[in-house]
Amino acid sequence: MSALTDDTLPMTPRAMRDEMIVFALMAALLAVVPFTGIYPFFVMQALCFALLACAFNLLIGYGGLLSFGHAMFLGTAGYVSAHALKVWGLPPELGIVVGTAAAALLGLATGYISIKRQGIYFSMITLALSQLLYFLYLQAPFTHGEDGIQGIPQGHLFGIFDLSKPLVLYYVVLVGFLAGFLLIYRAINSPFGEVLKSIRENEPRAISLGYKTDQYKLLAFILSGTLAGFAGSLKVFVAQNASLTDVHWSMSGEIVLMTLVGGLGTIFGPVVGAFVIIAMQQYLAGFGQWVTVIQGVIFVSCVLLFRRGLVGELAHLLRRSL
Amino acid sequence: MAYGGIYLADEFILETSGLTKEFAGFFAVRDVALKVRRGSIHALIGPNGAGKTTCFNLLTKFLKPTGGQIRYKGQDITAMPPADVARLGLVRSFQISAVFPHLTALENVRVALQRQHGSSFDFWRSKSVLDRFNPRAHELLNDVGLSEFANTPAVEMPYGRKRALEIATTLALDPEMMLLDEPMAGMGHEDIDKIAALIKRISAKYTILMVEHNLSVVANLSDIITVLTRGQVLAEGNYADLSKDERVKEAYLGAGHG
Repeated sequence: MSALTDDTLPMTPRAMRDEMIVFALMAALLAVVPFTGIYPFFVMQALCFALLACAFNLLIGYGGLLSFGHAMFLGTAGYVSAHALKVWGLPPELGIVVGTAAAALLGLATGYISIKRQGIYFSMITLALSQLLYFLYLQAPFTHGEDGIQGIPQGHLFGIFDLSKPLVLYYVVLVGFLAGFLLIYRAINSPFGEVLKSIRENEPRAISLGYKTDQYKLLAFILSGTLAGFAGSLKVFVAQNASLTDVHWSMSGEIVLMTLVGGLGTIFGPVVGAFVIIAMQQYLAGFGQWVTVIQGVIFVSCVLLFRRGLVGELAHLLRRSL
Repeated sequence: MAYGGIYLADEFILETSGLTKEFAGFFAVRDVALKVRRGSIHALIGPNGAGKTTCFNLLTKFLKPTGGQIRYKGQDITAMPPADVARLGLVRSFQISAVFPHLTALENVRVALQRQHGSSFDFWRSKSVLDRFNPRAHELLNDVGLSEFANTPAVEMPYGRKRALEIATTLALDPEMMLLDEPMAGMGHEDIDKIAALIKRISAKYTILMVEHNLSVVANLSDIITVLTRGQVLAEGNYADLSKDERVKEAYLGAGHG
């Protein structure tokens, strides 16, 4: 993976200041979206995927681990939250907690197995495990198979915020996204993040310094899975359903796509990538099956022309860390 | 800690007995008994394919021996994972310069300092808590003559400087013993002199075992030399004695061609 992250700039105080400015801009832009006439459902959906891609990026961009099964966290948290809200009648905040916790546990179990191998083998194990879950969810009664869990009640968050009002829901999703984003940002720039980066850069050397690298990779995997799950739980309130689409391997592929288009190992790349991909699906829907073809072409040209991704190229151009 | 005194109980910091590594019938290392004296610079030399690097990787636990025993400070470490061995103060370097390329020189050293002081799993804290290691990191960089490179990403540093950075990173762990894998590989004359002087200087405080091709470096630096051929110990002694040894000459000049 190192070839893809060759151009990572070292973190300096200036870089952190730049990033905080961009973060403030991003938050401000997203906060005014409901007053611009942009379809809020589209932005909410994109925010969920953006958080998902950021969580995925934590693992690959900073840990050098390419998971090809991240849809399993999105889908599992979605199913569990949906079930908790609809069948158990839990309030939204608990529904989110339960779903996210399920993803965390899944991260622990699947991470424990997959980090024992490296490179392509790691990726293949994550893919195999997510496929295993897919067939489990296809058969399990509580997921309602092909139908999925439909008509999920949105309820009142903390008994106050009525999530059935699009404007309220929008800001709840936005706050959730920003909180998740900041947590990832902090993890990247933490003592743990430093070790993680050193493992990405040169694992044998990190071992020779006395780091039990498997433990760090496992923690990164769990963190990434948990936050991906959090995105899945939030998405349940937006889509009001939980379906097999979210655990399908093609979803895992889309997560990789979003991150690569935006810029692997960049802070804001996955957000941009997610918005680009979701916007394409939204606004090119008229082309039907051709959307996939168009996506493919964009993906190939991105890899060929902007190897660093949109944000990665911009950061390189400005000699800034973004 | 001051070394160089007389140690009766633990004169040898690292010892192997019957150390063997077999790859499907081929013995890369066979029955090697090595004793490294505390506070010495011990060199492991031998012609290409003699098993130096395999032997080295066995000692650092990056390879598992198929037979024999490795004892470090009296403790059997034969079955111990590499990260644990590093925690005991036995730290290795790599043949290809092992730095973290996209971290600055300062960050490279800090990663090593950070390990001993815990908090390396804290993902919720700002990395500014690591700033408390900066004075020590600067000190270490200064020690190896890299002060001006503190904020330079390792990838942009000249090759010789990378090796110096690697040594600074290793020293940050405050090891008792350093295993250096061809510290001069791929270096120009000027750099070799610098690194040799550096190794000589740090050897006052640490035990050093190195694998090295460059015989003039070995001659100048080592207190004791072990010569390996075909995976086995051929001879051991100081450079003056070994350079007169017919068997060693033969091994280096290649008896098969004579």
